[in-house]
Amino acid sequence: MDLSQLTAKQIVSRIKSRELSATEVIKHTLDRIERLDGQVGAFLSVHREQAAARARAIDDRLAAGDDPGPLAGLPVAVKDNICTRGARTTCASHILEHYQPPYDAGVVERLEAAGAVIVGKTNLDEFAMGSTTENSGLGQTRNPWELDHVPGGSSGGSAAAVAARLTSVSLGSDTGGSIRQPAGFCGVCGLKPTYGRVSRYGLVAFGSSLDQIGPFATDVHDIALLLSAIAGHDERDSTSVPPTMAATPDFLAGLDNADIKGLKVGLPKEYYGQAGLDAEVSHAVGEAIEQIKAAGAETVEVSLPHTDYAVACYYLIATAEASSNLARYDGVHYGYRTPSPSDLIDLYSRSRAEAFGDEVKRRIMLGTYVLSAGYYEAYYLKALKVRTLIKRDFERAFGEVDVICSPVSPTPAFRIGETVDDPLAMYLSDIYTISANLAAIPGLSVPCGLSRAGLPIGLQILGRHFDEPTVLRVGAAYQARTDHHRQRPPIASA
Amino acid sequence: MQSSGNLQYRVIVGMEIHIHLATESKMFCPCPNRFGDEPNSNVCPVCLGSPGVLPVMNRRAVEYALRTALALKCEIAAFTKWDRKNYYYPDLPKNYQISQYDLPLAQHGVMEIPVDGQLKTVRIRRLHLEEDAAKLLHEGLVAASHVDLNRAGTPLMEIVTEPDLASADEAHAFGSELRSLVRYLGVSEANMQQGQMRLEPNVNLAIVRDGQEYRTPIAEVKNLGSLRALQRAVEFEVQRQLDEFERTGATMQMGNKSTRGWDEGRGATVLQREKEEAHDYRYFPDPDLAPVTPEPVWIEQVRSELPELPVHRRRRFVEQFGFSEKDVGTVVDDRATADLFERALAAGAPVRNLANQFISFWAMHANQRGVPIAELPVPAERMATLAAMVEQGTVNATTAAAIAEKMLAEDTDPQAIAERENLVQVSDSSEIEKLVDEVLAANPQAVADASSEGKKQKKAFGFLTGQVMQKSRGQANPKIVNELLQKKLRSS
Repeated sequence: MDLSQLTAKQIVSRIKSRELSATEVIKHTLDRIERLDGQVGAFLSVHREQAAARARAIDDRLAAGDDPGPLAGLPVAVKDNICTRGARTTCASHILEHYQPPYDAGVVERLEAAGAVIVGKTNLDEFAMGSTTENSGLGQTRNPWELDHVPGGSSGGSAAAVAARLTSVSLGSDTGGSIRQPAGFCGVCGLKPTYGRVSRYGLVAFGSSLDQIGPFATDVHDIALLLSAIAGHDERDSTSVPPTMAATPDFLAGLDNADIKGLKVGLPKEYYGQAGLDAEVSHAVGEAIEQIKAAGAETVEVSLPHTDYAVACYYLIATAEASSNLARYDGVHYGYRTPSPSDLIDLYSRSRAEAFGDEVKRRIMLGTYVLSAGYYEAYYLKALKVRTLIKRDFERAFGEVDVICSPVSPTPAFRIGETVDDPLAMYLSDIYTISANLAAIPGLSVPCGLSRAGLPIGLQILGRHFDEPTVLRVGAAYQARTDHHRQRPPIASA
Repeated sequence: MQSSGNLQYRVIVGMEIHIHLATESKMFCPCPNRFGDEPNSNVCPVCLGSPGVLPVMNRRAVEYALRTALALKCEIAAFTKWDRKNYYYPDLPKNYQISQYDLPLAQHGVMEIPVDGQLKTVRIRRLHLEEDAAKLLHEGLVAASHVDLNRAGTPLMEIVTEPDLASADEAHAFGSELRSLVRYLGVSEANMQQGQMRLEPNVNLAIVRDGQEYRTPIAEVKNLGSLRALQRAVEFEVQRQLDEFERTGATMQMGNKSTRGWDEGRGATVLQREKEEAHDYRYFPDPDLAPVTPEPVWIEQVRSELPELPVHRRRRFVEQFGFSEKDVGTVVDDRATADLFERALAAGAPVRNLANQFISFWAMHANQRGVPIAELPVPAERMATLAAMVEQGTVNATTAAAIAEKMLAEDTDPQAIAERENLVQVSDSSEIEKLVDEVLAANPQAVADASSEGKKQKKAFGFLTGQVMQKSRGQANPKIVNELLQKKLRSS
């Protein structure tokens, strides 16, 4: 049996029924990573011994008649900006290249409490800053569909791991599209939950008011399975929503035979008029929407009038927050310290200059500028106000519709090296995903076809705050009628 | 206005105070909020500023700050938030401090301080919360420092006054009163030696010369370890600024505020930073913390629990109970002790005797044990009884002191002790008369001297009194002894 073709739901079910052992599943996963990751470069570190030990422990518990949890024995890959105690968490940066956190992130604790087995940490754009994973300081991840193309970013490693079926699921983080866009580029599913749905405790902060951890998977059911394990209030995260404000629903409910009859799907007119929107993308997304209509939904044109300001707004807020969040990487108490500094200022500036990559430096400088005296009102404060307007755009739209559909990106994945010299062009490609982070709403990316060149295209489904259930239901209904999500790159069957 | 040579001047002082709040745990993490432990033993990933950590607000700290703000009659913000103050320093693990910038918890309050027997109002500009930095230790190290993060993240309350203080004495009085206040409220122990209350006066002068008024540049003074140092530092600054003005005529400009450190050994302030640059802290609202909207119900509840403030209580104890200005602090400075005093009064203690006993032997025993009077193992009712016993003449003052000592050692009523130990004062005139007669008969020389005049007379009278007291084993009522001796001597 080719275990790499199983979904997480299937793996978990077969381990529970003792048809498979956790040990053999983990061994298979580790062997596959060993064999194929040289080509893909999804992983920065693989937890060989620990994963094997955990798998044995899970098997022991199962043998004793215990229930180790709803994800017992499931191999999971985790983006390397999520803290794993005692195991390198590098954020793909030289400044944390050897850093081992003294604690586990909230989501890691939850995964392990559910019985999952973390097999390794995946590559990303350094400190999650980027859309191609080319900004990683520790290596390049390749798109499993075309190895000379980017997997997207910043969670390129997590997306590629699932696309190549090295694991069936993984965790990433999304600040401006960093789960949804690589999911689209790699032909897998990716969900950014509502801000506050999943704990940020242990997620190395980039844009604090925008960051969310979310799952990658090959189908919507698996997305819901992972989300169920990681969602929920965490006292250690003051931005994590308490149950009194929003209870954690059963994300798996209503996904089998998903019914979306009468559901209203909004199509923002500003999104479809974009100059850079690739014709093939537009076509594939159009077809997907037809399928959704055929399932009983109706489409409504909506307007999100402040769309054009979203990218600028995001890059002011995210970089401002990042400039402050990354100040702690100073060579003083952990991470890289420059050898032989001449004084304190030298210690600070050389450690950071030597160990941060260019994109990180660019964003820190931009963010510092935006917050500085004389510019705060014109940039940062103004961006906060524009953010409110963008949020209100969505509130108004969701008064008329239940979900909003759009492309994930204007184009499919580009070649490695193609956009490195034009950061601004890179920023502009976030146009469809970025508003969801600003508005704090949930967004799901599902595969909806391939370009003529054989590169995946993603459909984005956005929903109201805390309405992941409806978003997932639309995704499930779509996947019940189509099989784009079952397409695999050749390497996935290797 | 004061004079110095041909100049007339006015002293202007505003204070910036940081008070360490006595919560169980730190401001944004559950680490113990304690002083004196092994370095880096009260730390966790959060206060270490590790990658990926998040702050969680300590509600008790907000309550303490609210309590203080209400005691200072401040306006409480309906909406307040946390801001990041960004700067790099090794005592700041995140290289930003979580503080409050433009919408602090409280503003526009007042505190009354005693000045020359009157109460002066000092305006409070603002009060806010923030986290403290770590401690840097340089001792014994060359070109290196050690960082102790136990203090990092502990809760601080910052209070800023308007420049309403007009002298070193007033600055001292303010510091003293604020310290009393926060102790009364139970929000801080405000021990300056332990750095639990840090005072920074901002000092300048308004100088009048030839009919024109000039302001000298403001100096902010740091590193004051006691109220005494505060007083001396302000006095030093006043003189230094006068001298400086005479020499250079320099006046207050935008950006020429300086920072000076107090050097206790030299008794002088020393320049640390010229031209206080407008540090660009790039303040912005902390996205990791929710804003706070204190509920009116909660505010009223905290307000209703406020005690009488020490400045008012002191005044009342002087006016109502007859304490002197000098002695009233002994009873009022510790809230529990003042409460104890009032409970003893309520239990029927006569006020004068009770007050005397508090400032004499109860205070002495408390000092010996290093605790406030309220922590002595004697309940209010028994203190009341002892005071009443003296007033009624059942025992005299000396005996009362002896009984008090026994009351500390055993859990017994003073009346019972007096009876058991035969300490009950003898006030029976005929009994005392017998003793007086015996003493007079046995000391003819003294009797002769006591009938003379001047020093010899005083000494002899004292001797005879002592003899009677001795014969009565201290139990004779001294007033009666005195009366009888005088009567007998006159007639002899």
